[in-house]
Order: sequence, then C-alpha cells, then structure tokens
Amino acid sequence: MRPSTDSTQRLRVTFAKGEEVKYISHLDLMRLWERALRRANVPLVYSQGYNPRPKISIAFPLAVGITGQEELLDVTLERPLAPRDFASAVERQLPTGISLSEVEEVYPTLPALQTQVQAADYLATVEACETVQQIEARLDGLLSSESLPRERRNKEYDLRPLIEELWLESRDEHQYTLGMRLRAGERGTGRPDEVLDQLALAAHVKGITRTRLFFAPVEEQ
Amino acid sequence: MDTTIEAALGELLPRVIKPARYTGGEWNSCVKDWDQTTIKVALAYPDVYEVGMSNLALIILYDLLNRREDVLAERVYTPWMDLEAALRGAGLPLYSLETRHPLHEFDVVGFTLPYELNYTNVLTMLDLGGIPLLVEERDDSHPLIIGGGTGTYNPEPLADFFDLFVVGEGEEVTLELLDLYRECGRNREEYLRRAARIEGLYVPSLYEVKYHDDGTVQEVTPTHPDAKPVVVKRIVDALPPAPTRVIVPFVEAVHDRASIEILRGCTQGCRFCQAGMIYRPLRERPLEEILATADELLASTGYEELALVSLSSCNYSGIEELVEKLLERHGPSHTSISLPSLRMDSFSLRLAEMFQGQRKTGLTFAPEAGSERLRRVINKVITHDDILSTAETAFASGWQRIKLYFMIGLPTETMEDVEAIAQMVKEVLRIGRQARGKKTQVNVSVATFIPKTHTPFQWQPLEGRALLEEKHHLLRRLIRGRGLKLSWNDPETSLLEAALSRGDRRLGGVILEAWRRGARFDAWSEALNVRSWWEGFAAQGLDPAFYAHRERSLEETLPWDLFSSGVSKEYLISEYRRSLNEETTLDCREGPCRTCGILESFPRETQSMRNGRWGCLSEEKTHTR
Repeated sequence: MRPSTDSTQRLRVTFAKGEEVKYISHLDLMRLWERALRRANVPLVYSQGYNPRPKISIAFPLAVGITGQEELLDVTLERPLAPRDFASAVERQLPTGISLSEVEEVYPTLPALQTQVQAADYLATVEACETVQQIEARLDGLLSSESLPRERRNKEYDLRPLIEELWLESRDEHQYTLGMRLRAGERGTGRPDEVLDQLALAAHVKGITRTRLFFAPVEEQ
Repeated sequence: MDTTIEAALGELLPRVIKPARYTGGEWNSCVKDWDQTTIKVALAYPDVYEVGMSNLALIILYDLLNRREDVLAERVYTPWMDLEAALRGAGLPLYSLETRHPLHEFDVVGFTLPYELNYTNVLTMLDLGGIPLLVEERDDSHPLIIGGGTGTYNPEPLADFFDLFVVGEGEEVTLELLDLYRECGRNREEYLRRAARIEGLYVPSLYEVKYHDDGTVQEVTPTHPDAKPVVVKRIVDALPPAPTRVIVPFVEAVHDRASIEILRGCTQGCRFCQAGMIYRPLRERPLEEILATADELLASTGYEELALVSLSSCNYSGIEELVEKLLERHGPSHTSISLPSLRMDSFSLRLAEMFQGQRKTGLTFAPEAGSERLRRVINKVITHDDILSTAETAFASGWQRIKLYFMIGLPTETMEDVEAIAQMVKEVLRIGRQARGKKTQVNVSVATFIPKTHTPFQWQPLEGRALLEEKHHLLRRLIRGRGLKLSWNDPETSLLEAALSRGDRRLGGVILEAWRRGARFDAWSEALNVRSWWEGFAAQGLDPAFYAHRERSLEETLPWDLFSSGVSKEYLISEYRRSLNEETTLDCREGPCRTCGILESFPRETQSMRNGRWGCLSEEKTHTR
C-alpha cells in the first residue's frame, strides 16, 4: 500500500561542511546529499514527472571555499522515521568533511527553508601586520559609512545595509579573526569576501567559515 | 599527506576554476598508508578530472590494484591551464589526489591513452610531476612510465616518452607487471628486458625503425632477442568481476552514473569502427552476475542512474530480460537504466518501449551514413525503414529529443550521400512532430571520418579539407530551423587526430615541439592551438598531410603493423575489397565465420571457446572447425 501524503515527515538536519569539502559547489553538495541519502536507504519522497528528484533542500548556498558549521538541510520522507535512526543510517554514508550534529522533526507544513533565511554569521581569519587599534579603526570606518556602493556581476548595489554587525572576534599575533553578521534572503545577501575586499583585507584571508544562520521567527501552529 | 603541498594548495586552489577537481576525498576513494605499501602506482589520465573520472578502464584498474595488499594506486588528472600556471608559479609539483604525493615519488605511473588529442597533456603531467619527458633522460630513480588503452594499438608517436606499453586488455597483465616489479623493478634495464618477453607488452626502446627515402617505414626490427617481432594484444578469456565500490565524484563527471560493462567486443563488423575490430572476441557477462553487481554498485554509490556499457547493447543475448529485471529491482527506488549504445532496428524498438515511465533524457542513435548504399560500404546494415520506425517508436514512447550521429568523408561518399543525411534528419523530425508536436528536437552530430588503424579502412586517406568544408556547408544549409541542431568537427582537429593516430616514431619530436610551443588540451576547442602543431611538424621537417591525407598501398609497411589486435591483415584487406564493391558482411553471430583471425591468434584460449563462452563461435561452427 502506498503511504498517503499526510504520513510524510520532514526532518531538519544540522550539518557541518568542513575543510575537506569546502571547495565543492552548492550543486555538488546537493548531489552529495542525494546520493548519501540513497545509500542510507531512507524512504525519500520524489517529485513527479520524467525526471524525479528527491525532496531535499539546503537552507542557504555556501560559496565555494567557505566552510559551514551549522548548515541546515530539510529532507522529506515517505513515512516517519525516528530522527535518531535517520541520523545513524545517514552518518555512515557521509564523506569525510560532512558531519551531522542534529536531526529534528519539523512540521511538514512549514515554509520552505530557503525562503526563511534572514542573516548569517561568518568568521574570517586574516593575516595583517597591524595593531589591534588599526584593525578596529578599519572596521569602524566601514560601519560608520552611510553607504558602500559596489558592483557585483555588472550590477551596482550598496554593501552597507547588508552588513548588520562587524566585530573583531580574536587575535593571535598577526592573525586576526573578524566576525560579521550579514543580511541574507530577499532583501539582499551580503558576501563575506566582499566585506573583506571593502576592508582591503581580501588578499590576506586565511579562511572563512559560516558559523550560524538566522531565520524568520516561526509562527505558532 | 605531503604537508608542504597541502599548505600551499590553500593559497592556490581558491584562485582556480572548479578547485574540487583537485582535492580528492570522494566517497569510496581509497587512501592507503604510503610508508607501509611496497609498490606505489599513480593512475594518470591525460585530461581533466570530469573526463577522467568517467573512464571505465581507470575505474577497473583502481579497484584491481588497490585490492592488492602490496600495492597502492592513486589518481592524477591533468590540471587545467590555470592550475598548471599556479603550480609552476609556486614551484609545486603535480600531486596525487589521495595522499598528495608528487608524481615523481611513485614507482610506476600508468597512463590511460584513449585519445590522440590528449597526448600533449601526458607531457604536461610528466613535466609538472618532476619527471624528465624523454625515456633517455630518465634513470633508475624515476618512476616507470607505462601506457595502456586504445592508443597503444599504435603507440609509436609516444615511443620517446614511455618505457613500456600494454597492448590490449589490462586486467591480467597489469598484475604480472607488478609481480615483475617486485622482483626487479628498481633495475630498469632488467625490468624492461624481462617485461618485453611478456605477451602484450611493448618496450619501444628495444626496437629500431628504418625509413624509406619517401618517408614510409622500411622496417621495424627488435634490437634485443627478448623483444618480440610482433606484439599481440592481451585478452582475458572471460570478463573479470566488475568493480562495485567505485568512486562517487563531488564534481559532476561527464558520465555521472554507475556503469557495468555487460559485454566486451562486438560482432557486427562495422568497417570504420576500430573498437569493433580491436575488442574482439565477444564476451558476455552472465546475467545473474550483472544483477548482483548492479545491486552492490547502486548500494555502495547511491547513483540514480545505471549505464549498461558495451559497444552495442543489442548484442547482449539476454538484453530484454536484463533490462526488465533491472527495472523491476531498481525502478521503485527511482533509479534509471541507460543503454548508451542502441542500434536503430526493430529489435531496439521493444527495448525502447521498456523504458516507458522512466526518465526520458534523450535517445542517441548512430545511423552513421545517410544512404543505404553508403551504409553497405561501411557495413552498418540497417534499412531506411528500420531507422524511421525506430524513431517513431521512440517518440511514441515519450522521448522528445533524439540525437543522431553521422560521419562524413567516408570512403566512396558522394554529395548525394551527404544530402541523404539531411533527408533522413527531416523525416525523423516530421515523425517526431506527429507524435510530440513542436517540442520535438533532433540533434545531429556529424563527425569527420578518420580512417582508424587496425580497421579495413586503415589504408584510406582522411578526406581533403576543401571537400569536407563543402559537405559541412551543404549540411548547414539543409539542416536548419526549429527543432534541428547540427554540430560538426573542426577540420583542423580532424587533421591533427588523423596524423597522430596514423603516425610513426618521428611524431615524438612533433608532439614535444608542439607542447613546448604551448599545445595543451588539444581536444578542447577553447584550448586547441593548431599553430603550435603545424609549427611543430615544420620544425621536424614533417608534413601532417603525409600521415593523414595519403592513401596507403596495401604493400606499405604501416607503423602499426608491429601490433596485432588478433584480427589478421588478410581479413582487413578482404573486408576493404568487399566494401568497395558495396558487399556487406553478416554479423558473426548470424552468418558464416569469416575467419577474421581472432580464434587463431589466441590458441591458448581455444578450450574456453569450445565451451561456447565466446560469442563468435556457435556449437555448429565448433564441429565444422
């Protein structure tokens, strides 16, 4: 008997994309998940039509070269599975660099994850022969600007409103770790490499990681 | 893991396109302990990652070698030009994906040579890998450089760069090479002398080539008693188990799917087809074995598509049952089954219908020639009606897009034959529109016929450029409009491919000169720099037309006569003559044995042939033999 549509289940997976796989693209990552889930033999729900694809969605694409510590993925299953069982089946099928930290059941009727992203936190490590004061002065200079006009793919945009917060997270000799909270979603998406470029630090980047995603508050069901 | 390379890559990779080509770590990749393994082999593919990852030979060898405890096999592909420049700029060597070891630290570097237009990439990889290009510049401290793949049926143009070539199927002989390496691998001279005695192995440094004044080969003579006067290819008498734990790339490969070879060899006898001649005899993988392999392969990879690989799927005796069972087993998990090589005949209709309800990603057929007359010449025996009814069924079964492969420049071809291509294409489009309406798409790919070595057409010239362009022009004029798309080869690429595939040892100098002048990725239109090639030919005092456009006499000693595919020259000549008379030859399974020579070339395997395992020999024929 085919399970009816109301027995489907939506699981929200929190995962990390580490150094080993930081160069793979968003589409590569989608394929990676699709195949890992197929290997894990979990009951995926597929789209209709000549080219059926499993119903999985990643909250917010990560740019090539950036690691992610708390990335989110929604998976729709044909029939309910205990999140713990799902996790143990899937974990074994993940390549080095992708790791699960949490699986929880969410309402199947929630809006698509991608539409709910509002902001993201990043940490960028840069090498600079400057004092803390000089670095902080750069950050303040940026934050006190009214607007930061830039170009992305031949289109002009203002970077300033996309930067919600910008701070110095830590320092280790000449290595500075900068933190930034950048806007994401329909009102525009800030990119950490563009912020670093605006700070004239892009040439000294050692690594960037996305630490957290922020979503629109969930209405009570 | 080589930590200096690892650290430096952190700087370089963010600046190149598709950096995930160069990082490894894919699912099912095999990382062994470098220091604890006796023989370290780099499996090298002279093209980009996405192409190399699709090569079945490399998948088989990777599995075969890594199963041995004393061996580790790691992969290396040609870095695209951006990374080549970055590595050179940083003074870094080309490294293996698994443990990031420089190429020169391996014991053996084995190249797969599927295509002449990536020969310059071999040089890039050796050079970037810290290995001197020429055999004579290398010593016992360097890895052994071995070549395999179809390129070795005429490896002469690469003779300057390789220590050893494997002619034919590698599954058994590769293991023999490794056993020999354990005994005397560090002593190059002894190793090569002993390897030269092994069937299917060719050590170019143990031969001398003399030329006539007109540039043709006078004779090729062994300079050492261990070197064989003729190098006969190696074969396996039954297909070894197919690999089931294969690497799943992160970056989308050209063939991004699971593959099982269901059949090796082909009995159809198309006269232009090198694969049809050199992969003889026909060997089928048992149906039960394919089913079991498919289960394991799909479970270990998670692929959503399974390709049944062969030269002609319909040659597989249980193909309908096979497809039916695979669909039954894997259809419910949304796995699609694909047959990359379907014949356009009534039998394929039933097969096409079995795919109903599956992904209809597009269907490819190869009528090869537009007219029935020309199809008789090339022995591609399918009728016009067969082609149209196959197309009709395909459209009726749900396909909207059909791709048709043709060749131009075939022996005896006239302008009428070329026009017949356009007529056929239009009829197929018309049929498609009746079934599928305006969305019907017919993609037409027209390749230039390159007379391949070891085929009945090996004496034929590549057609002249002016005539080829005239034919291209005609087709462009006739095949246009909504629902039609035409693609064709660049004539200069064809000339280069024909010259390299039919060349002799003197082309080594040309390849080197062209590479020094910047030739890279010659198979990629955006990278091909033909000027560097023509300058390379000129620098060596050679003319590509001599190799490509010259009709050769049947008496001429061909550079590749030293290598035997098991099919006799007498057979090739008789097929050549029949073709010029427009006489067709039946598929070996349907007609009388034409004694192509394959059975006589492998007497040792006669026993297993008599057991009926080999496709070309039916019960009846065994008795009359």
